[in-house]
Amino acid sequence: MKNVLASISAVVVITAFFGFAYPAVMTGFASVTFSNKAGGSLVDRNGEVRGSKLAAQQFTWPRYFHERPSGTAPAYNAGATTFLNLGPTNPDLAKLIASNAQAILKLEKPYNPGLTIHDIPVDAVVTSASGIDPDISPANAALQSRRVAAVRHLPLATVQKLIKENTDGRSLGFFGEPGVNVLELNLALDKLGGK
Amino acid sequence: MNGQGIGQILIYVVLLIALGYPLGVYMARVYNDDDFATRGRFRWLGAIERGFFRAVRVDGFREQTWQAYGKVTLVFSSIFALFLYGILRLQGHLFLNPDHLPAVASHIALNTTASFITNTNWQYYGGEYTMSYLSQMAGLAVQNFVSAAVGMAVLAAVVRGIARRSRDEIGNFWRDLYRSLVYILLPLAIVLGVILMSQGVVQTFHAHATATTLQGAHQTIARGPAASQIAIKQLGTNGGGFYNSNSAVPFENPNGLSNFFELLAILLIPAAQVFMFGKMVGARRHAWMVFAAMFSIFAIGVAVNLPAEQHGSQVLRNSGVNITQSSAQSGGNMADKEIRFGQANSTLWTVATSDASNGSVNAGFDAQTPTGGAVPLVNLFLGEVVFGGVGSGLYGMFFYIIIAVFIAGLMVGRTPEWLGKKIEAREIKIAALGALFVPTMVLTLTAVAIVTHSGLASIYNQGVHGFTETLYAYDSQSNNNGSAFAGYGATSFSASLGTVAMLFGRFVPLLAALALGGSLAKKKIVPASAGTFRTDGGTFVVLLVAIIALTAGLMILPALTLGPIVEGLMH
Repeated sequence: MKNVLASISAVVVITAFFGFAYPAVMTGFASVTFSNKAGGSLVDRNGEVRGSKLAAQQFTWPRYFHERPSGTAPAYNAGATTFLNLGPTNPDLAKLIASNAQAILKLEKPYNPGLTIHDIPVDAVVTSASGIDPDISPANAALQSRRVAAVRHLPLATVQKLIKENTDGRSLGFFGEPGVNVLELNLALDKLGGK
Repeated sequence: MNGQGIGQILIYVVLLIALGYPLGVYMARVYNDDDFATRGRFRWLGAIERGFFRAVRVDGFREQTWQAYGKVTLVFSSIFALFLYGILRLQGHLFLNPDHLPAVASHIALNTTASFITNTNWQYYGGEYTMSYLSQMAGLAVQNFVSAAVGMAVLAAVVRGIARRSRDEIGNFWRDLYRSLVYILLPLAIVLGVILMSQGVVQTFHAHATATTLQGAHQTIARGPAASQIAIKQLGTNGGGFYNSNSAVPFENPNGLSNFFELLAILLIPAAQVFMFGKMVGARRHAWMVFAAMFSIFAIGVAVNLPAEQHGSQVLRNSGVNITQSSAQSGGNMADKEIRFGQANSTLWTVATSDASNGSVNAGFDAQTPTGGAVPLVNLFLGEVVFGGVGSGLYGMFFYIIIAVFIAGLMVGRTPEWLGKKIEAREIKIAALGALFVPTMVLTLTAVAIVTHSGLASIYNQGVHGFTETLYAYDSQSNNNGSAFAGYGATSFSASLGTVAMLFGRFVPLLAALALGGSLAKKKIVPASAGTFRTDGGTFVVLLVAIIALTAGLMILPALTLGPIVEGLMH
């Protein structure tokens, strides 16, 4: 019984400190020091939130670079992330890869006649882990660059330059893998088109 | 595989030892020194500690027997369980719920409660769309601290038992709990939390954000007080994500650097505890040998998973798309993986999280290749003793060490000894129970789930892979890991089976470890002689790894054959 009473008091004290004081102080600190990052790295244009630097969003228009496939419902749902969870031998995986690859060939071929399935990088046909991976591989960006340049009537070199500028390298040049942030790249393209 | 990826893995290992060693030495002082922070500049810390003991009305300096220690551990965990279950069921009526989420369904709430008090963090719930901010921070995150501290406290008591001679007591639960929380977990969590915020992990009380996408659609962006929780989720080998996709979600793990620090946090305390053990019992060379045994198994995991994932699945290779690694892509099996992590960092995380009883993931396991996915499956089954959970990993390893010295004793025909203590029938029985109970339960529960209609209903990928999903679910929950082949779904049947797995998987080995500590504390030291099997050399490392492989490894082999091995042979 003594243990029970002590435990009840301990639950109250511990919850008050670790459940309220600790996160509240951390949140207070974050709102002063890293306010944009702590708020979700939201991207603001002319006072309107257009998305987050850290979340993929749906791009289907040919003038935009497209994200990786997403397993969330609906796609790119940053309110309910999920893996797709298709096992390596699941017949649906083969079907999904084939249909994604066919869609890419259909979309890109008019701008890139020599394109074959062997040129499609793997990240373009399989889902990301979060369903909102904000990045595509540099290979995937290169694949889409001819279409975007043609549709926007931009020189390919200009688009390639923008890809380079919006590629997040490895952290400190060492940790992780490089990726191209699709939302930032598309925003940069739109800014260019507005001139 | 490339040099860059290998380089990241090597840096990881070097930093793990460089930070783990001094932390271990510090932790030994925290648990051993009665006067820690009672004199000098940090007197005020000691005053707060005494204030805590007064507030909960316990004598934090009265020594307890292992039975008393175990009893209060169980009572404390039970009271906290009731409290957590209450929050989850009532969150709809409580504050800090800006997105107006309703009560968590009863079978999910029960499973989640068991999951968090046992340091498992199995997720049958979807973080951002099931749990209110109150449930996350005052319910789940508190358990991330507390369940970790309970494991650490028990380990400290067991190690004390090994170090002491002719004593009945092994320490005081309240003091070990308090010191784990305040002197070890809290400072580390603050440092890691700030690092994570600086990289972009969210930390806010505002509700979800709404964006108008470039194509004019609406997008909901879930947010919350995540960084403070993720810091402790990694440090305490908890692993329960703020978001459903866990550490794969950019808001939890935005870039290569955040990933590196989170990875380091997964193994930091478990690795440091090996050095702490060496310091507390005065057997540093022996501790290094235990570290070496753990590290060998860790390295094998990396060496199997990375090439398998880089090589990709049969389906991917047959599809014709480009999976070759180059400067423009990481390549390999990118299904349910993130660009910014690629193969090397996904592998490192997969192995670390499954060795450490952490269970957080930065890539989906269900989509890994048969060989790649078999690595975490086997790691779990070894009983989470490769570094393992905070506290529970090393005390789990003690069972194997006892069995190893017992076998060595049989071979030379002498009474086995460990660190100067005679190992007798009682210790061997306890160690056998501790080592064999959980694997037996995994296989039994898997069998139940695979022969019942209710069990089969949870399977997402049909066929052989569905068996692996099932096996993984009970492997993970029984071993208090929490990672998943996440297609495996929650039904009230699977949630209940999982609840049983987590509770017994936690408390049976925990009590066995305390009993072992209590038993060893009573013994006298016998001086080592020429016939004593040396536990501070390479032979011991080989023997220990072999014993783990023969005990747990052989137990899972038949099940492994039915799952990943058959799947790997398909096509």
